[in-house]
Amino acid sequence: MQINSPQFKERAKTALHDPSLQKALGNLRHGFPGKRAAAVARMPEFEQLRDEGRDLKNHVIEHLDFYLEQFETKVIEQGGQVHWARDAEEARKAILDICRKANAKTVTKGKSMVSEEINLNDYLEEHGVHPIETDLGEYILQLREDHPSHIIAPAIHLNLDDVSDIFSKKHGTERTDDPAALMQEAREMLRKQFVAADVGITGANFCVAETGSTLIVTNEGNGDLTQILPRVHVVIATIDKVVPTLEDMTLFQRLLARSATGQEFTVYNTLSTGPRRSDDQDGPEEYHVVLLDNGRSEMLGGDFQEMLRCIRCSACMNHCPVYGAVGGHAYGWVYPGPMGAVLTPKLIGIDKAGHLPNASTFCGKCESVCPVRIPLPKMMRHWREREFERHLSPKGVRLGLGAWSYFTRHPKLYRWLARAGSFGLKLMAGKKGRVHSLPLSKGWTAWREMPAPEGGTFMDQWKKQQRQAEEN
Amino acid sequence: MSQQTPRPQVGLFVTCLVDMFRPSVGFATVKLLEMAGCQVDVPGTQTCCGQPSFNSGDRASTKRLAKDVIDAFDGFEYVVGPSGSCIGMLHHYPALFAPDDPYRARAESLAERAYEITSFLTDVLNFDAILADYEHRVTYHDSCAGLRELGVKNQPRQLLEKVGGLDISEMEEAETCCGFGGTFCVKYPDISNRMVSNKTSNATATQADTLLGGDLGCLLNMAGKLKREGSPLQVRHVVEVLANMTDTPAIGESQYDLAKEL
Repeated sequence: MQINSPQFKERAKTALHDPSLQKALGNLRHGFPGKRAAAVARMPEFEQLRDEGRDLKNHVIEHLDFYLEQFETKVIEQGGQVHWARDAEEARKAILDICRKANAKTVTKGKSMVSEEINLNDYLEEHGVHPIETDLGEYILQLREDHPSHIIAPAIHLNLDDVSDIFSKKHGTERTDDPAALMQEAREMLRKQFVAADVGITGANFCVAETGSTLIVTNEGNGDLTQILPRVHVVIATIDKVVPTLEDMTLFQRLLARSATGQEFTVYNTLSTGPRRSDDQDGPEEYHVVLLDNGRSEMLGGDFQEMLRCIRCSACMNHCPVYGAVGGHAYGWVYPGPMGAVLTPKLIGIDKAGHLPNASTFCGKCESVCPVRIPLPKMMRHWREREFERHLSPKGVRLGLGAWSYFTRHPKLYRWLARAGSFGLKLMAGKKGRVHSLPLSKGWTAWREMPAPEGGTFMDQWKKQQRQAEEN
Repeated sequence: MSQQTPRPQVGLFVTCLVDMFRPSVGFATVKLLEMAGCQVDVPGTQTCCGQPSFNSGDRASTKRLAKDVIDAFDGFEYVVGPSGSCIGMLHHYPALFAPDDPYRARAESLAERAYEITSFLTDVLNFDAILADYEHRVTYHDSCAGLRELGVKNQPRQLLEKVGGLDISEMEEAETCCGFGGTFCVKYPDISNRMVSNKTSNATATQADTLLGGDLGCLLNMAGKLKREGSPLQVRHVVEVLANMTDTPAIGESQYDLAKEL
């Protein structure tokens, strides 16, 4: 996926003026948060589960090597194969290799953000393997040559009209606005593909070390058809997805569904453990797991380690007022919202992703809903510190900041500055009580008035009062 | 006469915005603290809490300024300010210092003593003898740092209930950020504008005539937007109402006093 994060500001502006996108974002803003809140209210021990989720993930991260090796051993014991990939290139090659050995023409795909991260679809297509997305949202996006704007609701930026348009155009069918009819249309198109595919590729919500199983959760059942019908099943997962036991996995299933969609449980929860056995009625002949690092191991032991707890529920973006205003595409790469603002700079570089951790008011809403209590604002601030250290922040900002810091450390000078500021602004405001246009604060006055100071600083007035009190 | 318990010694953290924009918020805070029996002093060496540099990634400057603030408020039993975000910033200080730095322990002590005004009155002093009248329907914006870093939610509402004639009408998304975010509002003005527009429309929908909050940054942002929209909704800091000091023009309102002119 092309990196457009440096253009965040321009993309945000476009998004703010896109009425159809704004309508879609309004649905999100008034949908997910309420559903999550209701689900949490029905579960009094939810806050305790969040603590447990955090602690368990911390434990796994501390012993990541152990659990990954255990997972590998178990996958092999079950007759599957594990492919370690240091970066996107190695992962793509491993998957293409499997496809070629299987003589695959088409592959079906379950929804996977990691596959977006490694740009798998374009790569396979370039090498003569045709990928077909089977998640309804992803399928719509593939028809539109579009990309996900949300990690669990990939087509959230679209409205019904957009779907009607693209279906009639690409399927050559009569245009319909009936959601059920559109669903049926997609189902008919996809059903053939499920049967025809040689390889099925899915992601994994969790990799279970004790059994060598991978779990996917979906609400459509497409993932099950993707992994059961083709002869070969490939799982692409990053190394932070491993959990110790099946019981641990259930803790995260409970946290995930409630945080994501407000469901008690996702509709389909499917475990894959090795290829089909002789007495199995169905299942793939080959089972592969591609375990991708792509910079994650470098996050261990540093300021961003806690990000590895993320279970990709999307609660942070669902509740983020910035995401809610501009949508996921403004962020310019695979992962949007607060989790993307922390993860993306690690994956594509802070020099390209600098806007992402800056475009936050640090309102803290994301951290307050994170099921594994990731301190997202704190880590966005760490990125700002990296930027500052590397002199990547704009010169004007650095200069202004330097001046402010100087004044704040010299109280007498500072008093003078506050007095001058109060006096000047009040003078400009006149009797109106506000300033309509301020040359140095266009960012402010483009959209708002600048309220005028009351006049005189508190410190001066306080001093005067104290003096008068002493004299009396 | 029996010996009275000593009065709590409070150092007022004025905050840079109150100092420059709205001294009356500072005086209202002092009045409330004195009503609650505190001895209030205002250290003259205080300037800013350091949020601008902290949130811009300039850790070194933040640390230097934090030391000044720690020194300035040494010896006070409590440090109280009319802002959740500035007091919240004081709570971030300990993390700036290494565990063996002598300032670490002092920063921890400062954080333990530092309170937002409504939380201090309610949670620490158990004070609710508010003597104020404000015959208006008001709505309350929960500023982010106060709400999520310091747990300020019911305290201002509890105190407002004691104000004569006042009626609170809660707005939708009261806990959603107003889009101020310090430097955010000038770095990303378009996004900030969308956020504050959502806020003003939620506030307007309550039919309240006054919008209250506990952080001047947010209040300047919302008042600036409401005035640009031509809205009659008045914006005030909650302590102005609690201290019965609402004679001053509301934030961003005309200083022109018709009564005086006549």
